[in-house]
Amino acid sequence: MQAKFQMSSELKTELDKIVSQYETKQAALLPVLNLAQEKYGSISPEIESWVADYLQLPLMKVREVVSFYTLFHAEQKGKHHFQMCRNMSCMLRGCEEMIEYLKERLKLEDGQTSQDRCFSLSTVECLAACEMAPMMQLNDRYVGPLTKESIDQILKEIEINN
Amino acid sequence: MKSYPKILSKNFEVPHAQHIGVYLSGGGYEAARKVYTSWKPEQLIEEVKKSNLRGLGGAGFSTGMKWAFIPKDSTRPHYVVVNADEGEPGTFKDRYILCKDPHALVEGILIACFAVGSHKAFVYIRGEYVEPIRIFREAVREAHEKGFLGKNVFGTGYEVEIVIHQGAGAYICGEETALLESLEGKKGFPRLKPPFPAVKGVFGCPTVINNVETLACLPPIVNLGAEWFAKLGCEKNGGTRLYSVSGHVNRPGLYELPLGTPLREIIEEHAGGVWKGRQLKAVIPGGISASILRSDEVDIKMDFNSLARVGSMLGSAGVVVMDETTCMVTTLLVAARFFAHESCGQCSPCREGTGWVLKMIERIYEGHGRSQDLDNLLDIGKNMMGNTICAFGDAAPTPVISYITKFRAEFEYHVRHGKCDLEDRSQKSE
Repeated sequence: MQAKFQMSSELKTELDKIVSQYETKQAALLPVLNLAQEKYGSISPEIESWVADYLQLPLMKVREVVSFYTLFHAEQKGKHHFQMCRNMSCMLRGCEEMIEYLKERLKLEDGQTSQDRCFSLSTVECLAACEMAPMMQLNDRYVGPLTKESIDQILKEIEINN
Repeated sequence: MKSYPKILSKNFEVPHAQHIGVYLSGGGYEAARKVYTSWKPEQLIEEVKKSNLRGLGGAGFSTGMKWAFIPKDSTRPHYVVVNADEGEPGTFKDRYILCKDPHALVEGILIACFAVGSHKAFVYIRGEYVEPIRIFREAVREAHEKGFLGKNVFGTGYEVEIVIHQGAGAYICGEETALLESLEGKKGFPRLKPPFPAVKGVFGCPTVINNVETLACLPPIVNLGAEWFAKLGCEKNGGTRLYSVSGHVNRPGLYELPLGTPLREIIEEHAGGVWKGRQLKAVIPGGISASILRSDEVDIKMDFNSLARVGSMLGSAGVVVMDETTCMVTTLLVAARFFAHESCGQCSPCREGTGWVLKMIERIYEGHGRSQDLDNLLDIGKNMMGNTICAFGDAAPTPVISYITKFRAEFEYHVRHGKCDLEDRSQKSE
């Protein structure tokens, strides 16, 4: 049998603090999942069960929430996650060309992660930064307006820092 | 270029305005202090009603009226919930307030809490806003340190706490009752109304839900008066608005202008006109959920009433400009993909309708459109409207109906010839 997942005690303390801010334990579900994903890189089935126990919720309720929200994912993403916006303003300013270019440079299709877990590529809906269209979210950072040259530059910087 | 007073964006260019010291040196927190130390809640609600401040998240409901719906005799706690789940495509104003003037929001929250007798505010910020959340969290910490938040606000013994709640990527959570569900740790399924949140909101308690921009208007209303604020805008639409302008313009960006500013002026003067010397083709005036306007319809005042009169809406004031080279089938494909992705799946007409619409538009886009497709699309759209729990079911078919109706010939060409007439035209001119 698999060993039961143990949440780090440091994170547990932080989670306890978050839960205390809410009127019900369930209300802390999104922030708890957000923090857990930040720490472990994904929401694995083991984390789901741990969170269900921790917040005294049926596992089903946790599963339902994890699968409803786009930002939760069960698989590990690459160290550099490129999320390319493909909504209206970005489309009007040429995001399709940028997405194709990035696919070519990373040798990845939409939704894929490189084998070495260095890169992930996703297309996403509006990130609310249409003034910098075409734009993307690179990990936590908003970047735009994108050109082939600026994409080259970003990839070069990543290469240097690796 | 015409210039207008900067109310909401006055600190956007001020260096370090996100720090409380800079905010205080510009008269910050004076409005909240005044309200807490010398006003009555009823007086504040009346003042905000008189100011003609309307919900700037997009619905445009009178803020003062919304506050007045909170029952006076309730023994349960009251909550203020801030909608910072900014996600209406074409809109990016709340991000600017969170990042560049976060204390204006903290002060606005304080004022709203006083109005409705609330001691706790939840600020629901979209999950992707990692940097805005960090900046806003720091502002809350600073305000706490100064005694503007906590157990003894401005030494009055009144308690206000702010809890920042990070979302997780769901457009529907911008709908206020879905937001409440999400805040309670559930999937974002909108609630049936009534009961309205003012009676039964978060945790079953009376709740006021206000947008970031709306709340940021409160300090200036308190400082300079309801009449002054009302006069900034136009009839029944008080104040200024942060217009997000994007798409085919020379200067995409955020422009603070009075409510009622003509759309043509926003595009041609403030945003620098259509790019590359091209002609204007169409404009979405208030986020992707608003009916599109053709180039001959842009001589219109940008306020809630004027746009409603022509069957569109001011909504979130996200202005998306399209030049003459824009293919309307492609734009509709983008809109349809978005709504199909974001439909929460609760109501059948929307869950199924957005999927069908997307499939049919994809078919047309790929050159396999059928002659009955356009009328079927209009039919599906009309059958979604008014038949769902929330306004998403009205928003999703709006691009479908307005783009096809206003650019019918272009869609028909696509269906008949399996390609864009713009492509054909540009090939002929080469």
